[in-house]
Amino acid sequence: MDFFDNLPLLILLSSLLPGLAIFLVREENHVLRTSLNMFGALTKLALVGLMIWGVYHEWVSDMRWQIAPGLELVLHADALSVVFVTLSTVLWLVTTIYAIGYLEHSPHRSRFFGFFSLCVTATVGLALAGNLFTFVIFYELLTLATYPLVAHKGTPEAVRGARTYLTYTLGGGVLLLIGVVWLHTIAGPIDFQERGVLSGLTHLDPWTLRWIFLFMIIGLGVKAALFPLHGWLPKAMVAPAPVSALLHAVAVVKAGAFGIIRVVYDVFGVEYAAALGLLPFLGAIAAFTIIYGSVRALSQDHLKRRLAYSTISQVSYIALGTAILGPLATIGGVVHLVHQGVMKITLFFAAGNYAETLGIHHVSEMDGVGKRMPATTLAFSVAALGMIGIPPIAGFISKWYLGLGAFQAGAGFWVIPVLVASSLLNAAYFLPILYRAWFKPAVVKWPAEKPQSGRWEMPGALMWPPVITAILALLFGLLAGAPFSPLEWATLIAGREY
Amino acid sequence: MSNAIIWVIMIPLLGSLISIIWSRYASLIAIISNLVALVASTAVLMRVYQSGPFLHELGGWHAGLGISLRADALSSILLVMSMTVISAATFYASAYFTDAAKRARFWPLWLMLTVALNALLLSGDLFNLYVTLELLGLSAVALTALSDNRAALQAAIRYLSIGLLGSLVFLAGVALVYAGYGTLDLATLASLVQANPLSQVAFGLMTAGLLIKSALFPLHFWLPSAHASAPAPVSAALSALVVKVAVYILLRLWVDVFDLVLTLSSTMLLGILGAIAVIWGSWQALQAQRLKLMAAYSTVAQIGYLFIFLPLIAALPEGALQDAAFTALLLMALTHGFAKSAFFLSAGVIQQYCGHDRIAELGGTARALPLTIFVISLSGVALIGLPPSGSFLGKWYLISSSFQAGQWWWIPVVLVGSVLATAYVFRILGHAFGPGESIGRVLNRGREEIPALILALFATLILGFGSAELWDLVAQHAEAAGN
Repeated sequence: MDFFDNLPLLILLSSLLPGLAIFLVREENHVLRTSLNMFGALTKLALVGLMIWGVYHEWVSDMRWQIAPGLELVLHADALSVVFVTLSTVLWLVTTIYAIGYLEHSPHRSRFFGFFSLCVTATVGLALAGNLFTFVIFYELLTLATYPLVAHKGTPEAVRGARTYLTYTLGGGVLLLIGVVWLHTIAGPIDFQERGVLSGLTHLDPWTLRWIFLFMIIGLGVKAALFPLHGWLPKAMVAPAPVSALLHAVAVVKAGAFGIIRVVYDVFGVEYAAALGLLPFLGAIAAFTIIYGSVRALSQDHLKRRLAYSTISQVSYIALGTAILGPLATIGGVVHLVHQGVMKITLFFAAGNYAETLGIHHVSEMDGVGKRMPATTLAFSVAALGMIGIPPIAGFISKWYLGLGAFQAGAGFWVIPVLVASSLLNAAYFLPILYRAWFKPAVVKWPAEKPQSGRWEMPGALMWPPVITAILALLFGLLAGAPFSPLEWATLIAGREY
Repeated sequence: MSNAIIWVIMIPLLGSLISIIWSRYASLIAIISNLVALVASTAVLMRVYQSGPFLHELGGWHAGLGISLRADALSSILLVMSMTVISAATFYASAYFTDAAKRARFWPLWLMLTVALNALLLSGDLFNLYVTLELLGLSAVALTALSDNRAALQAAIRYLSIGLLGSLVFLAGVALVYAGYGTLDLATLASLVQANPLSQVAFGLMTAGLLIKSALFPLHFWLPSAHASAPAPVSAALSALVVKVAVYILLRLWVDVFDLVLTLSSTMLLGILGAIAVIWGSWQALQAQRLKLMAAYSTVAQIGYLFIFLPLIAALPEGALQDAAFTALLLMALTHGFAKSAFFLSAGVIQQYCGHDRIAELGGTARALPLTIFVISLSGVALIGLPPSGSFLGKWYLISSSFQAGQWWWIPVVLVGSVLATAYVFRILGHAFGPGESIGRVLNRGREEIPALILALFATLILGFGSAELWDLVAQHAEAAGN
């Protein structure tokens, strides 16, 4: 299948080319820019649909481009990359619609959407990377493409936040690079492979491998916001709402988490990583980050900051699932990659809507907002309950499998308390918001209300995206057993990794 | 086709003479002759790629009596790079100079600089290397002095005296070689040279002269003022090419002729100086208040990277590993050549548009000159060493060679250097994207912006993704040198 071999490249180009074209579009030309955006997003969706079909039937798609001796750019589609590609593509489409509504009247729209497309291109490239070299390239490109988005508003605060972001991520990038190059010098080029590559190379010194693992996990941990490398994430909150949504749900944070999965499963091999004693180390950091993020979230009154600390906590579930040896925990970690994405993007869309329509930025201003903006608040509630782990929403499935996996691996004695404590903390910082929104009387005057026009609480481009993603979060939980559900894919992946 | 190697030198030489006579059409003459030279240089590279290194004896006189031109992988790659940069800068310069009197002085000197560069790269003996080095230095000084303000003249005078000192020291080394071995032909010398005190002193002198010319720390003090005060196209050529050919001569002498003389400890010394240059130059670039001064200090740092490769190449066993390190060095040099010239050309556009190049006052330039800021970003990516630039691959191999040679201490240097480079590049971008008034068209000054864009694309996309052939060529070169 020639076409299928080229599919990864086409998927990359479907956002790269429209993105480059958008840079050249004049500010006022709203129609052309929107058409380019939607054309790219829908084309990508169609191509990804084809890819899902192909990977499901175990067609192999593999593109290679020799750059230097021993260094090849490899684009490769396997079950794990399909999960991440699909997540990025679907959420990109939704976020693009949201961003078009959100940035309707702000300056520099062409620049914004151009970098937005480049950011998705880098994320998808990362998902499709077939070896460590390619992964590193897209990992760095992602940093470069997101920096202008974080700095987009151009205020001193935004520029500072972006600088912090850049310092952390490029610093992490260099450490990742050192780890990867070191591995290359002792083991040659590393193509990602189910069950790992290094497990087959027994002549390597275990201590060298442990050091390499440390370098790579620090490099990836910066983007995944593992404690103590998470400092950039709350500061990057100054970005416009669609950027925060994408950053937290798909692009940056997930790139780190995805990288950790790749390194543990497809480079080291999870069983070999366990044999080297690396998993408890990763598990301890992840567990600590889960609790730490939740505790910090409790005391944030600023809504987006509270969500940011919640992200730090929730993304570490993925690392935790990776760190527990056993297929059930793997399922829990991988499926949370998707579940956290749809839930968190809903929360950020809603937060953006509150700020945009009523000028609400703080939790303390949210009294009675449910009556004024019922659709948004309903979506927010579904996602928040999902985050806590209430069935039948998606988050419950993740936590269920993580818990089962912990028992299966005999790690229940420390994982279960972490899960319970984290869920209680999640409840402690989400439920008061829901209580305020639904049951407290509304204040007389909102901080900065925009006049209501049309039949809904706000323009449709802003209202529908969170509703759609909330429905997805609900469906992923309700229909977890259906074919092509995230859970089914995660099960497929876990089956291929052990 | 077989005479392409002569055309590379003769056409710009003729152009230079004609442009003095017909100064009205000087821009056109320069553009045509440099394009012809670019095509001819590509032909030279193709011939080397297909059938290996070759020798051309002018007038049929053999080495010893006549002048012979030699082209191999190293020289022909650098030749094409320098002709590409020169051609782009020529287009740029044809729009840059508005003052007719200045233009009349610029073109003959510019073409003479081209002649000197090309002749130097194709020289096969020490005396011609000296002569072309001197010619290059003199035309570079004269071009620097074209910015007729006090600072530029002072910088030019300093540049002149330092340059002369460098070539005199080099000449002393050449004289010793002639006294000792009775020939200056590199190919002949290669088989004669032994590791004796004479060779050591001679090679030491030549190296010292070249280190001054290549501005390796702590001999870099003359560079920032000269490069920052010259007109933009001249700065581009100085930073991208003139400094680099001194490194080229050093490599040529070391790899082809004096490899027996050189000890690991002396390369280690050069490597340490290079490492200090990386840190010091990047730090100074971060402190610089002006765009062109920042670029000049960044050149000091980037030259430092090239010298870090020397102890690695010396320590690695001959074969694939050594070739890879050597190619990576070349790739870094090429990438820097393209990126830095693109940067200087863009800085010139900004300087003309804003009337100054103070970094703190660049606000609004991203809106007024979007393409220029884009080019600065691309070349910034190459200066930092991020993908997809050629220097990303260069740094990749710098790190892997350090692991393989057991010299891990270079890795933190690369790390700190990259972080500092990130800081100085994004400092510019931060200011450029800051608030400011006017909104311009995407393409404001096509004849200046497009050449810069092409150079920046060479530094990033083309060298990053399309440099696979470079490895073949260098492996071939190493094989030829080994025989």
